[in-house]
Amino acid sequence: MSLISCNDITKIYKVGEVEIKALKNISLEISKSKFVAFIGPSGSGKTTMLNLFGVLDKPTSGTLKVIDTDISKLNYVERAKFRGEHLGFIFQNFNLIPVLTVYENVEYPLIMVKSIPTKARKEKVLSLLDAVGMLDQKDKLINQISGGQKQRVAIARALTTDPKIVLADEPTANLDHESAYKVMRLMKKLSSEIGTTFIFSTHDPKIVNEVDITYTIEDGALIKREERSN
Amino acid sequence: MFNIIKISFRNLYRQKRRSFLTIGIVAFGVLAVLLFTATAGSFKNFMISEITDSMLGHIQIHGKGYVSSLDNLPLDNTIKATQINKMAQILDEIPEIESYTYRILLGGMVSNYLESTSAKISAIIPAKEKKVAPLLEARLQEGNFLRKGEILLPEIIAKGFKSKIGDDIVLIATNVDGSVNGLPLKISGIMESVVGPTGKYGYIHFDDAKSILRMDEMEVSEVAIRLKNFNDLEKVYSILNEKLGSIKNKNDKPIFEIHTWEKLSPFYSIANMIDMMSLFIKIILIGIVLVSIMNVMIMAVYERTKEIGSISAMGTLPSKIRLMFLFEGLFLGIYGSIIGIIISLIAIFIVNISHITVSFGRNSNILLQPKVSLAQIGLTALIVIFVAIIAVLEPAFKASKLEPIEALRQN
Ligand SMILES: Nc1ncnc2c1ncn2[C@@H]1O[C@H](COP(=O)(O)OP(=O)(O)OP(=O)(O)O)[C@@H](O)[C@H]1O
Ligand SMILES: [Mg+2]
Repeated sequence: MSLISCNDITKIYKVGEVEIKALKNISLEISKSKFVAFIGPSGSGKTTMLNLFGVLDKPTSGTLKVIDTDISKLNYVERAKFRGEHLGFIFQNFNLIPVLTVYENVEYPLIMVKSIPTKARKEKVLSLLDAVGMLDQKDKLINQISGGQKQRVAIARALTTDPKIVLADEPTANLDHESAYKVMRLMKKLSSEIGTTFIFSTHDPKIVNEVDITYTIEDGALIKREERSN
Repeated sequence: MFNIIKISFRNLYRQKRRSFLTIGIVAFGVLAVLLFTATAGSFKNFMISEITDSMLGHIQIHGKGYVSSLDNLPLDNTIKATQINKMAQILDEIPEIESYTYRILLGGMVSNYLESTSAKISAIIPAKEKKVAPLLEARLQEGNFLRKGEILLPEIIAKGFKSKIGDDIVLIATNVDGSVNGLPLKISGIMESVVGPTGKYGYIHFDDAKSILRMDEMEVSEVAIRLKNFNDLEKVYSILNEKLGSIKNKNDKPIFEIHTWEKLSPFYSIANMIDMMSLFIKIILIGIVLVSIMNVMIMAVYERTKEIGSISAMGTLPSKIRLMFLFEGLFLGIYGSIIGIIISLIAIFIVNISHITVSFGRNSNILLQPKVSLAQIGLTALIVIFVAIIAVLEPAFKASKLEPIEALRQN
């Protein structure tokens, strides 16, 4: 079963009179429980791609189905609900809420996006914090922890709602090499443990060794698909 | 919901100094409003009671057309005995009326046998007058209150005559038929002048006026009424208008005219001005709250664009994002009000204990006793909170409408 299915997708940005073709005739399928990377140079269209998968944007042409839903048919609020229901996000700049503690940040989607009863919520948050190794830091505020730790918290936050897909646009770009590697490993481990599909983008070609499937895009076109058999 | 409130509340701490400053500005506005309303209100109430209690009474009844020709003190436009009886019956039946009294106003000459001057005189029934205008006696600069055969001389005339208490004086007046009569009187007291229609009048006994004017029957120029509760003014006024206004003469013209103190005293326009200023200060408060809260909230939305983008990407509904900012603005308003109210109460307390006096006209030491009602406090807080919500609406809607991709692209 495909979680994401793209059929001949094109995305064009209009800046005044100029049209920028950010994605050209992309067709692909991504199935469950995979650890998927989009690699390509700056400006190649990775973010554009992930925004479409993340139901943050709509393709200019072609059909895109995310979890069997044609996303071009959803309006603003429906897309928000859809994201809250099925997707998790990890951002390059972490984008944690600085006025909340580590614990509260992870708890946030369970209150603001889904309404989960207190007890179940607490169990969920604590187990995820444990899974990302941040349990002992749970009462700290966000600016009291390091970048690598922030991204681990962000991973936990992305997973609290049990999303089918987690989208991460350059999750390691703001981390040093070692932290980046640890975060990568953690995502991969959780992906296989929980059975969530992780889709992320990166500049770093060395990452290929860690992922199940690598898509390489250049100048808006899909030029290569590599699958690594375990 | 609780979580939204929690986040909103903590958001105030992101820019502590800025939040504090905004709350301070709002509090200052509240202080200005409450302190002014309390102080001006105390001054206004003092002046009103001074005027009504020292001469006017709360409501007056005259023969139709009397007030507009008050300068001439016409004796042909008095209320006659039969009408007085009818009127008294009506007045006696109105429970809000504490008491009422009759007066005859007349113009004449007073002479101390050496020199003479014109004078305006109010003839009163002392015992009743004291009930209607309890502060009249307080205007006595020296001497005693009135008895039959005596006169209370206004201070200007007393000064001009260099009169002393106990001096003899003659009052000369022309009656309605044109005959001139004189009446010897003893000066029993000297009255301080005050602002207002009868503020510089002399006072004689009602019976003396009847005899000098050769009135065989009861006749009055003016009926002054005091209410049990000043706040019933409008109510009693309309009752009187209805009941007395319907009494007509042979030509189907109303016999009586009724005025509240406001229509009789020039202070009314000052009282109105005080109310206007207090309204004006409230409008300034609205401006302060609007601008300061809108300003910080626009800044806040701008600064947190990326964060809004990320929570929106995670699926937070626009309505919740909106609420988050609404609460934040609301908190600024609530904090500002609370702190403003506390400071105001302290300030009002300080003014009260420091016995500050001001002068107005001839009243040289009006003690400021600012009082602020719960309703005033509530109203001010309500205005602030309401305006805070208005101020934060635009930024909050803007935040909730941000496209997550655009917002996330911001640096
Ligand atoms: N909102 C936009 N308006 C106009 N052009 C855009 C917009 N977003 C992206 N583009 C353009 O689309 C192309 C693809 O951009 P995209 O951000 O997807 O690349 P990327 O692979 O994520 O690059 P990077 O590695 O720098 O993040 C670029 O040429 C970019 O300039
Ligand atoms: Mg990008």
